[in-house]
Amino acid sequence: MRNYLRTVITVVWKDIVGEARNKEILTSMLVFSLLVILIFNFALDLDVQAQESVTAGVLWVTFTFAGTLGVNRSMASEREGGCLDGLLLVPVDRSALYVGKALGNLLFLLVVEVIVLPIYSVLFNVNMLVPGFLLVVLLGSIGYIAVGTLLAAMSVQARTRDILLPILLFPLAIPILIPAVKASIGYLEGYPGPWIMTWLNVIIVYDLIFTAIAVILFEYVVEDWS
Amino acid sequence: MEEKPRFLSLLDGISVILFLAAVLLVFFYAPLERSMGAVQKVFYFHVSTAWVGMLGFFVSALMGVMYILSREKIWDMIGFSSVEISFIFFLIAIISGSIWARPVWNTWWTWDPRLTTAAVVELIYGAYFLLRQAVDEPRQKARFSAVYAIFAFVSVPLTFVSIRMLRTIHPVVIGAGDPIGGGGFSMTGPMQVTFFFSLFTFSVLFVDVLWHRIRLEKLETMMNELRLASRN
Amino acid sequence: MIKVRNLRKRFGHKRVLSGLDFQVAKGEITALLGPNGSGKTTLLRILSSLSRPDGGEVYVGGYQLPQEADWVRERVGFVSHQPLLYGDLTAEENLWFYGRLYNVSDFRQRTASVLEMVDLQRRGADLVRTFSRGMVQRLALGRSLLHEPQILLFDEPHTGLDQDSVRMLNDVLLHMSEQGRIVLVTSHDLAQVANLASRFDVLSRGKIVASVKEEKIDLDRLLMFYREAVRRRGGERL
Repeated sequence: MRNYLRTVITVVWKDIVGEARNKEILTSMLVFSLLVILIFNFALDLDVQAQESVTAGVLWVTFTFAGTLGVNRSMASEREGGCLDGLLLVPVDRSALYVGKALGNLLFLLVVEVIVLPIYSVLFNVNMLVPGFLLVVLLGSIGYIAVGTLLAAMSVQARTRDILLPILLFPLAIPILIPAVKASIGYLEGYPGPWIMTWLNVIIVYDLIFTAIAVILFEYVVEDWS
Repeated sequence: MEEKPRFLSLLDGISVILFLAAVLLVFFYAPLERSMGAVQKVFYFHVSTAWVGMLGFFVSALMGVMYILSREKIWDMIGFSSVEISFIFFLIAIISGSIWARPVWNTWWTWDPRLTTAAVVELIYGAYFLLRQAVDEPRQKARFSAVYAIFAFVSVPLTFVSIRMLRTIHPVVIGAGDPIGGGGFSMTGPMQVTFFFSLFTFSVLFVDVLWHRIRLEKLETMMNELRLASRN
Repeated sequence: MIKVRNLRKRFGHKRVLSGLDFQVAKGEITALLGPNGSGKTTLLRILSSLSRPDGGEVYVGGYQLPQEADWVRERVGFVSHQPLLYGDLTAEENLWFYGRLYNVSDFRQRTASVLEMVDLQRRGADLVRTFSRGMVQRLALGRSLLHEPQILLFDEPHTGLDQDSVRMLNDVLLHMSEQGRIVLVTSHDLAQVANLASRFDVLSRGKIVASVKEEKIDLDRLLMFYREAVRRRGGERL
């Protein structure tokens, strides 16, 4: 158990140190997010009325795209210099490697979200700092990153690398995207608690099931890594 | 490679007969539904192909687990063939659903839960093919397919629940309050018989086509190996 | 002790190793020679547990692969074509990272001594992406020795090294061998290993075709021996 934890922490540490140095992943995720929001602003012609009804949707699409970007880059960096081989040579549990990578990816996405939300608030004069909403963002990100990390490990070994990840990930992310948007709307517009809970439950179930499956199946994705 | 097994030929025959019988039942035995008329008959095939399609996807997830545990190529072959056939069956279900929808709701497509879920499911399994195409090494291909098939199947109920919690205008034939209100209907005796017969027919058809597909895959593999051996 | 019997491995339809028998003892440096594509890298990847064998028996340090892979990983140090290093981290950070993963007890101290061993102690705080090829290779060597492995598997370690680095590498390898560790080095460059190894095995088209044990072998003799072995097997010449 201590070894497992040590592995996870070390992997997360490594990702943080590396990212702190050149900030490649974070900046690309951030810039991309802001661009997406900008494009939505023009495409949907967001006047004050329209904004409220689409805010949740716009934000979740943004996070989806940014998440894909981050997860992809993070796995790709293991491929450079053959680093995943290095990780596989060590006598550690593969699932610990997965948890480490996933936590790192989650951290990056959360950082981007923490930066984007206030900016959105200011740009569109909407209050995003509703505690319930932030909870939804957290829970939704967890499930999305859990699945994305594993699928990225697959796509990074395939030929059509960069385009394959969104193709694999987006359909599988629908059961978390829909509830996330709905629950977000619920909190932002003050819908009744029980209604929000029904959506929140789906997110929690998704998080639990898919994280569990991913933890179990990850080693089969990286064995014989070529 | 063995010759086509006699049982398979028998199954071919049975499938054809069952199918013809089902068509006869649908057009001559099942009564004309009061409100929707003839187009309602699409229902028998529409639901059958959808259910059998789902069965196929379940099989592929099961095959995924089997492959990961045993690494025998046969599980991957069955899994892959199953997805292929289910993909088509589901496509038939979507198209037949569309044909049914046009006269009843006056639209070719609606974003209601069942149709939307079906569309998402098709995308998920379409991605399955793209995944296989993107991986060259056979064992890696099989492993990735296995993992993805498991994820894919587990996501389907969650997807359905999420989408269903949004509004619905899809007729809820089985287990609903007031069926007529949503464009549904309740099944009378002969209708039930026809329905279950259709379901049975399509299940048999699925197994028959699956068996053929697996044989095809085996032949193709053998041919590739022979080709490479002759080159060396 | 490394013991391999009837090892088979294929990638897709291509049979890379076809019933390979092989043994490596400790106390001597073994060089595995062969033309490109003969399967040297594949064999080493299997021995290091990165790849799974398709058939046959593989024992590394007494443990069987792939079942007892974790035991093997604890004891194996591997240098491959790729550096297995993170460009965005410093040399020290890279070694700390692997030290922690390998559960090396005093990893900071060990890092310092390893850096000294490969003569990089002055570049410890520099980013690996600023290193030259030779420096990267030296750091990779250090990385492989962090956890004091009993079994060293080095795949073409001399590639891209300057003379000083080659000498340093050979010194380290000889030292390791004298300490009783198993040292297996692959190479397609006979000149590099002629002075280093005392046992030479030739791998051609998936099988070991010849083996000779001789200290300080003459390069010309080695070349002749090698060519003969490869020719007999029907493979390409170097």
